[in-house]
Amino acid sequence: MAGTVPAERRMVNEIAVAFQHLPETEAAEAVARHIRSFWDPRMRARLAEFVASGAEGFNPVALAAARIVTRPDGAAVG
Amino acid sequence: MSLLKEPDFGTPERPGEATVSVDVDGLSVAVPEGTSVMRAAALAGVDIPKLCATDSLEAFGSCRLCVVEIDGRRGTPASCTTPVADGMRVRTQTPKVAKLRQGVMELYLSDHPLDCLTCPANGDCELQDMAGVVGLRQVRYGYEGENHLDAETDRSNPYFDFDPSKCIVCSRCVRACGEVQGTFALTIEGRGFDSKVSPGAGELFMDSECVSCGACVQACPTSTLQERSVVELGMPTRSVVTTCAYCGVGCSFKAEMRGDELVRMVPYKDGGANEGHSCVKGRFAFGYASHPDRILKPMVRDRITDPWREVGWDEAISTVATRMRGLQERYGPGSIGAISSSRCTNEEVFVVQKMVRAAFGNNNIDTCARVCHSPTGYGLKQTFGESAGTQDFRSVAQADVIMVIGANPTDGHPVFASRMKRRLREGARLVVIDPRRIDLVRSPHIEAAHHLQLRPSTNVAVVNAMAHVVVTEGLVDREFVDARCEGFEEWEEFVARPENSPEATESVTGVPAGELRAAARLYAEAPNGAIYYGLGVTEHSQGSTMVMGMANLAMACGNLGRDGVGVNPLRGQNNVQGSCDMGSFPHELTGYRHVSDDAVRTVFEELWGRTLLSEPGLRIPNMFDAAIDGTFRGLFVHGEDIAQSDPNLQHVTAALESMELVVVQDLFLNETAKFAHVFLPGASFLEKDGTFTNAERRVNRVRSVMRPKAGKHEWEIVCDIATAMGYPMSYDHPGQIMDEIAQVTPTFRGISFETLDKHGSIQWPCNEDAPEGTPTMHVDSFVRGKGRFVVTNYLPTNERTTSRFPLVLTTGRILSQYNVGAQTRRTGNVAWHPEDLLELHPHDAEVRGVQDGDEVTLASRVGKTTLRAQISDRMPPGVVYTTFHHPVTGANVVTTENSDWATNCPEYKVTAVQVGLAHPLGARDADPVREGRPVGVE
Repeated sequence: MAGTVPAERRMVNEIAVAFQHLPETEAAEAVARHIRSFWDPRMRARLAEFVASGAEGFNPVALAAARIVTRPDGAAVG
Repeated sequence: MSLLKEPDFGTPERPGEATVSVDVDGLSVAVPEGTSVMRAAALAGVDIPKLCATDSLEAFGSCRLCVVEIDGRRGTPASCTTPVADGMRVRTQTPKVAKLRQGVMELYLSDHPLDCLTCPANGDCELQDMAGVVGLRQVRYGYEGENHLDAETDRSNPYFDFDPSKCIVCSRCVRACGEVQGTFALTIEGRGFDSKVSPGAGELFMDSECVSCGACVQACPTSTLQERSVVELGMPTRSVVTTCAYCGVGCSFKAEMRGDELVRMVPYKDGGANEGHSCVKGRFAFGYASHPDRILKPMVRDRITDPWREVGWDEAISTVATRMRGLQERYGPGSIGAISSSRCTNEEVFVVQKMVRAAFGNNNIDTCARVCHSPTGYGLKQTFGESAGTQDFRSVAQADVIMVIGANPTDGHPVFASRMKRRLREGARLVVIDPRRIDLVRSPHIEAAHHLQLRPSTNVAVVNAMAHVVVTEGLVDREFVDARCEGFEEWEEFVARPENSPEATESVTGVPAGELRAAARLYAEAPNGAIYYGLGVTEHSQGSTMVMGMANLAMACGNLGRDGVGVNPLRGQNNVQGSCDMGSFPHELTGYRHVSDDAVRTVFEELWGRTLLSEPGLRIPNMFDAAIDGTFRGLFVHGEDIAQSDPNLQHVTAALESMELVVVQDLFLNETAKFAHVFLPGASFLEKDGTFTNAERRVNRVRSVMRPKAGKHEWEIVCDIATAMGYPMSYDHPGQIMDEIAQVTPTFRGISFETLDKHGSIQWPCNEDAPEGTPTMHVDSFVRGKGRFVVTNYLPTNERTTSRFPLVLTTGRILSQYNVGAQTRRTGNVAWHPEDLLELHPHDAEVRGVQDGDEVTLASRVGKTTLRAQISDRMPPGVVYTTFHHPVTGANVVTTENSDWATNCPEYKVTAVQVGLAHPLGARDADPVREGRPVGVE
């Protein structure tokens, strides 16, 4: 429910669902590109914290995307 | 400038080539076929006397003042109703017609109070003018007989008087109400001598269907329908052409002044957006600009619990600069930011984002368009390559099928709605997709062919189902798609899946499959199908998906790139388009270019002398989250009332309370100002100098009719803050700001104050390729090259109804009020909407014991408020509706922080709620406290 899930985790899950028609790898890359295009670095840092602290509550594409976007090389803006 | 009076050619222009040659009093003129003799004469420079004719209305032929003689024809035909013929010779001044005209005038004046010197219309009365033109020197008939001079004046409307004693029954008001406005509220009651203008069935104006657009007042040739302000103040003496500051239609007005006093706003005939029409807000509701609630001096305070202290501009600006810099020193450069407003000019918005990027040194700039049309920007950019609507407003006159989705134009965009209604009366078919039965569904002479009354939040399922019909029934425009689009096959395979069929989606959307199929066929098979949409599309968790879904549908049917078609967002506020164009999103510089683009950034860096960040900044909801987290500490809010307009107000106020510095610039101490430490008085649109860009990408001049009441232009204040923070920003005139915009923005390259003054207005893109602008986009190819089909999965919203919250709340706007009501609540418009009401279906009301007028509680998972119920079957059972124009209602106390997946645009349109009886009608006075209040999150 809104308000109980950290915003970044909720949002990345929602973005991942929007790309669910794509193959998983492709979807993860699209989600990562979207995040790089629209998210402030501190939001991406919080996302990295969630991933590092157990990665709970992420759907698979969201988690894969979060891992791409939090890599040092990240994902190109798109 | 003196008082500007546009020429009146008597009857409307006819389209086509000027192939018919006519001789008028020895002057030759060529005009299109179907043109009236009166208009041809006017074009030749010969004004034929007239009373019942005016060029905004079709000829009527009742006053008989415009009679002429035509060689070879018998009698004296009315020039207004006589079309030209090739070789026709017309004589407008002969002894015969002179005598006839004098006789007509004499009869008119025999039943008219001859009080010209004390009449409010003295100096602006066509009857007075015509008496002079025809040379009337006597009225032989006395007042002994029966007359209308004792008829009582109707003063029920807050803005204009109706004095029937001065009426000449020319029917211009009646025809204007029908032809121009499309409301048909007025009629001629009675016959012969008893004929009189009547609102409705002999009602007062305020009790009738009249929507106070002012078209009747505009059309009246006498003082029968007269602005109250003219009655009270007298005739204006000079005009300034400017642009309305209400909705995204962006109507041009003549601000008619007496000295520095605004007497009235009159719609400007040469305004590209409105062409001489207006609505109750733009025409009349400008009194807020001089309302005593205006704050005219800067104020500061240390804590939000302290009283305000008035200070001078220097101290206010120094306080903002010092404290902002202090926050950055303590918390980092990204700890501050700004929100710009769609109510401000392009030039003001541009300098705010420049201040943030160059002086603050970050990209934490967002605009209130975030919470309305950001999905439009995203969705149309992804599919067409440009974040803007595709057409000009005139285009609707060529549409054969008009699809209105999630918009209520007669209330939200009334002047455009009048254009649309005119086309519908001419025979265009209408499809309405909306949970609510908006007025367009059935109104005088208009009935929707299909009203798809979908359940809130199921837009994407509906548009996918329509696309399913198009694809599976062979309705795709293959030639268009093959030549101009990409990604079609994947999309085609997706929408053709059985789960997207109307039959499969019916249980989700609530739209009968047969009805949806018929609507889809109607749109797809139309020679020209046009889509118009509003916030009922964008303010959803799938707002961006729906925008792309509509773009897909339009591309599949080939409905792009010419007049009469397109995908057209109806923007909520006057400068939503402009504020987005001006680089006030945190990820984009002007012209929708991403901050990560090195080449684009270099252009700005070289001009501004600062290195700009290549990473996006915080969006408005992210700012609130970061404020609560403690990383965002200072906010400059420019002309926006986030503590009333943004969703989940408990969260918003917690964020505002968390910050160490909130600066509000506004006309009034709004709800957000309760959380502010510095208040900077703003300027009303009457004091502004700059430009607005409307929903059709039309850049219009806003000209100041008076000096800023607070002593400074808003762009000057922003420049002063940036300068005080160590980044000098200075302009002598807002025209220089537009020059800078043009310098750094390819789509604005040809726009300047000079070119705007020359052309009146310009629709961007305006550059070397389109020096006079671009009314229709994507004509030969899309901005991105190929139009891109995007797969649009339908996903149910997370906001679900439950047994505790079994109803869905959706929100909207009412004609007389605007947004959070800060302006319109301070005008006579409160006569129509003194409070927000909750529309509730009779079934839902009955099971809750609620009757019309009862006070009810409205509770969601995040908050609770109270308001009065209005029993209505406009909404289907299970759906309730309200507006958010009054802060006391606190409609956004109950809306949640669910948002569009792509843009974070809030899902205002879907909130699970429960409604309960608070106080029956009549018991309300016992509990006058009706504040919206948050409750704990469950």
